[in-house]
Amino acid sequence: MSEETTTGLSHNKLAMWVFLGSECLLFGALISTYLLYRNKFYDGPAPGDIFDIPFTSVSSFVLLMSSLTMVLALSALQKGDIRNNRLWLLTTALLGAVFIGGQVYEFTTFIREGLGYTTSPFSSAFFTLTGFHGVHVSLGIVMLMSLLISSYRGKLTEKNTETVEIIGLYWHFVDVVWIIIFTVIYLVPNPTS
Amino acid sequence: MSTSETTTEDHEDHEHPSDQKYMQIALLLAVITAAEVATYFVHIGAALIPTLMVMMVVKFFIVAAWFMHLRFDSKMFTRFFVAGIVLAVSVYFIFLTVFEFWTKG
Repeated sequence: MSEETTTGLSHNKLAMWVFLGSECLLFGALISTYLLYRNKFYDGPAPGDIFDIPFTSVSSFVLLMSSLTMVLALSALQKGDIRNNRLWLLTTALLGAVFIGGQVYEFTTFIREGLGYTTSPFSSAFFTLTGFHGVHVSLGIVMLMSLLISSYRGKLTEKNTETVEIIGLYWHFVDVVWIIIFTVIYLVPNPTS
Repeated sequence: MSTSETTTEDHEDHEHPSDQKYMQIALLLAVITAAEVATYFVHIGAALIPTLMVMMVVKFFIVAAWFMHLRFDSKMFTRFFVAGIVLAVSVYFIFLTVFEFWTKG
C-alpha cells in the first residue's frame, strides 16, 4: 500500500465503497418508483407487450461477462502483464459499448412502437431507471478508456493496481445493479394490455 | 485508532483468486443466468418469483464476493456496502408498503 492511513485501509478504496453504498439508495429509489408505476401504462404499450426478453438476455449476458474481463485486467496488471491488462481493459470497454448499443436499439424500438418518455408513468419510470443505469455504464467506459490511455502513456504499471481495482469496483457495481434490474423489471411477469 | 491498533481483518493485504477461478465463477454466473432466462420459456407457476429472487440474490453475492473481492478484502468495506444495501432495502420496503404496493400491486 502506498500510503499509511489510520485504519490501515486505502482511503480511495474506502471512499469508493462508501460511494457504492450511497448508490444503492439511488437505484433503490428508481427501482421502487418503477414497481409502483409499472401497471400505469394507460393507452400506451404495456411492459409485457413491449419487452423483448431474448434480446435483453443477450445484453445482460454481455454485461455479466464484462465483469470477468474486468477482473482479468486487474489480475494481469497485478502480475505485471501490461499487454494483457490493456487487452482485457479494451475488451471490457467494448463489451460495455455493446451493452449500450443494445440499450440504444431497445429505446429506439420502443419509441417507434409508441412508447415515449412521457407516454405513461410506466414509460417515464422505465426510461429513467434504465437510462440512469446506461449513463453509469457509459461513465464506466470513459473511465476504462482513460485507464487505457494512461497505460499507453506508461503511467499504468503494477504500482498503480489500486486505480484499476477501484474503477473495477465501480464496473462490477454497475453489473450487480443490472442483475437486479434484469430480474425485477424484465423477468418477473409483467402486465399486458 | 493508530495503525498499530488495527486488527488483522482490517488490513487489505490479501491474495486474489487465480484467473482459472475467475473463469469458473463466470461460468457459474452464466449457468444461473441461463436458468433465469429459461423461466421465461418454461412455466413453473407460483414458484417463479421466489426462484427468480433466489437466483438474483445468489448472482449478486457471487459478483460482490469474488469479483469485487469482498470475500478477501477488509471487513470494513463489506460493512460500508452492506450498510447502504440494508438502508436502501429498509427505506424502499417502507416506501412500497406506504403506497400499498404489496396489496394492490
